[in-house]
Amino acid sequence: MTTLPTTTAPSAARPRRLDFTRALLYLGLLVATLFFLLPVYLLVVTALKDPSVISLDTTWQLPPAWHWSSFADAWAKVSGGLRNSLELTLLATAISAVMGSLNGYVLSKYSFRGANLLFALMLFGMFIPYQSVLIPLFQFVKSIGLYGTIWGLVLTHVVYGLPITTLIFRNYYGEVPDALVEAARIDGAGFWGIYSRIIFPLSVPGFVVVIIWQFTQAWNEFLFGVTLTNPASQPITVALAQLAGGQAVSWNLPMAGAILTAIPTLLVYVLLGRYFVRGLLAGSVKG
Amino acid sequence: MAEVVLQNVYKRYGKVVAVKDFNLHIQDKEFMVFVGPSGCGKSTTLRMIAGLEEISDGTLRIGERVVNDVPPKDRDIAMVFQNYALYPHMNVYENMAFGLRLRKTPKAEIDKRVRDAARILQIEHLLARKPKELSGGQRQRVALGRAIVREPKVFLMDEPLSNLDAKLRVEMRSQISQLHRRLATTVIYVTHDQVEAMTMGSRIVVMRDGIIQQVDTPLNLYDYPRTKFVAGFIGSPSMNFLTATVKNGQFAIGDSLIAADGTLAESLRAYEGKQVWMGIRPEHVGVHGLSMESRGGDVMRGQIVDVEPLGAQTDLIVDVGGQVLTAKVEGHARFKAGDAVDLVVARDRLHAFDYQTEDALGRRGVAADTAAISADD
Repeated sequence: MTTLPTTTAPSAARPRRLDFTRALLYLGLLVATLFFLLPVYLLVVTALKDPSVISLDTTWQLPPAWHWSSFADAWAKVSGGLRNSLELTLLATAISAVMGSLNGYVLSKYSFRGANLLFALMLFGMFIPYQSVLIPLFQFVKSIGLYGTIWGLVLTHVVYGLPITTLIFRNYYGEVPDALVEAARIDGAGFWGIYSRIIFPLSVPGFVVVIIWQFTQAWNEFLFGVTLTNPASQPITVALAQLAGGQAVSWNLPMAGAILTAIPTLLVYVLLGRYFVRGLLAGSVKG
Repeated sequence: MAEVVLQNVYKRYGKVVAVKDFNLHIQDKEFMVFVGPSGCGKSTTLRMIAGLEEISDGTLRIGERVVNDVPPKDRDIAMVFQNYALYPHMNVYENMAFGLRLRKTPKAEIDKRVRDAARILQIEHLLARKPKELSGGQRQRVALGRAIVREPKVFLMDEPLSNLDAKLRVEMRSQISQLHRRLATTVIYVTHDQVEAMTMGSRIVVMRDGIIQQVDTPLNLYDYPRTKFVAGFIGSPSMNFLTATVKNGQFAIGDSLIAADGTLAESLRAYEGKQVWMGIRPEHVGVHGLSMESRGGDVMRGQIVDVEPLGAQTDLIVDVGGQVLTAKVEGHARFKAGDAVDLVVARDRLHAFDYQTEDALGRRGVAADTAAISADD
C-alpha cells in the first residue's frame, strides 16, 4: 500500500508521511468493512447450519457440517412470494419510472401556470408516512376491488413512487438545454415526438437511477404488502416474515430465505450500479 | 422567397414590456441583423418570428401569410441556435435529416439534400460523428446544415457565433455571408456584436429596451446615427461624447470653439446658449500637425491620459478640460501619458445630440430615404 502513487504529492519532501496517512485510512476502511459484513457472516453461517446445531453459544462458529438443504426448504416456502414480488416490483418500477419521466418532461420543458405549485404539492407525497394513510388506503383499495391482488400493491407503489421519480426526472431534464426542445419543435416534432425522439433517448442515466431506487423501495417494502394482500398474493417480505413466525423457529430457514430475497436487489445494483453514480453526476457533464 | 413583416408587435411578460411597438419590413433575400445590448429584446423578437414565443399584440407576416397563430414547424423557417442545440444522441447525418424525416420526405431526397449541404459546408467527412466528437466550429456548421437542408423561406440565427473563439468567428462570419449570397434566402440574424452587424447585414436594426432605435444600412448607421445611443453603439472604439455649449452657432468646450458645417451648423442655431452633446468618432480626431488638417477642423488643447498602442493604430486617451475623449492615430505614435497635445476634429464628421432627448440634430434627415437596400446590391 505504501507504494501507491499519490496524486497530491509531486514534491518529494513528504511522500512517506502521506503514505502513512493513507495506510491508516485503508486500515480504518478495512475495519469498517469487516464491521458491516458481520451480519452477512451470521446470515450465511446460520443458513448453512443444521437446525439442531443452531444455538446462541455457537452463533459465531462455522457449521460442523454444511447443511445446503436449508436453501431448498426455504425456496419451497418463499418461491410464491418471490414470484409475486418480482411481478409487482417490475410493474411498479416500470410504471412509476415512465410516468415520472413524463411528469419531469412536462414540468421542466412545458412550464405552465401553477407548474411550480403542482410540483411542490407532488413532492409533499414523499413526506407522508406510510402508517398515516394505511387505513384509508386499505379502504380505498378494497372499494375498487383490488384488495388481495398484487394490483392494489402495484398501484400503491406507483403512487408513492411518483414524487421521487418526478423529482429525479425533472432535475435531470433541467440539464437538457431548452434549445434542444425548441430545435425539435422547429424541425416539426410535437409533444410526443419530442419526448420519444429527443428526451427519452437522452434519459438512460435518469432511468437507471429511478429503476434502482424504485426497485429497491418496492422490493423491500413490508407494511403495504402485509396490509393489502392475502396469502396467495403476498410479496416476499411478508413470506419471509412468516418463516420466522411461530414458537420453535428453525433459524436456518429465514436466513436462507433472506439470502434468496436479497439476490434480485443485489443483481440490480451490480448490473446498474456503475450507471447509478454516473446518473447522479449526469448534470455536471454536458452530453 | 419571403418577406417578413412585423406590424405593431408587442411582447409582454406580465407588466414588463420586452418588445414595444415593433414595426419592420424585411425584404425578400435581405440579410437583416438585429443588434443591441443584452436584454434589448432582439432575441425575443427573433423567437416571436420563430414561433417559440407568443406575440402579445400586433401581426407577423411571413410571405403572404399572417403566422401569429401558426406553430413553428409550419412557418417555413429554420433556426440556428447560440449553443448549436444539436441532438447529442444522433450523428451529424441524423441531426441534419431529422426535420426532413419528420416531414416524411422521401429517403433519396433526404440523402441528396443532406449530402449537398454537407458539401457546401465542408463537413462531408463528419457525417457519421456524434456532436460531442466535433469542435465548436464544426458543430456550428452542422447547425447551419440542419437549417439549410430544410430549404426554408427564412433563416433565423440567434447569436450563432458567440460561442466560437475570435479567430473562428471571423472565419464563420464571412462563410455565413457567402452562404447567404449562395442560397439567396431571407436571413434574420441576432447579435450583440456591432462588428458582426456591420460586416454581415444588408440592413441593421439597432434595439434598446425593446424599442427600435434605427433601421438602416451599416454605413448609414455609422455616418448618420439618429440617436446618441446608436452613435455610441456602432463603431469601435465608441464615439466620443462631449458636453458643449452652443456659442455663436459653434460648440464651446472649455476655451475651445469648434465650428460645425452644413445642416448641422444650421440646426445648432436653434440651440444657441444651450447645452448639447457633441459627438465625434475617435478616427475623426487627429493630432495637430499629424493629420486631419486637410479636413479643416478646429483645434482643442488637451493632455494625454493614456496611450494604447495597437500596432496599426494608436488610441490616445486625452483629457480636454475635464472631459475625456479618445483619438485614433495611424501607426505607432511617439506620445506618452502626460504630454500636452493639440487635437483636430474633422469638421464634416461632427455630430450633435439634444442634451435631454439624445436625438441627433441636423443630419438625421439624410438617412431616411436611403434605408431600403436589398441583399442583391
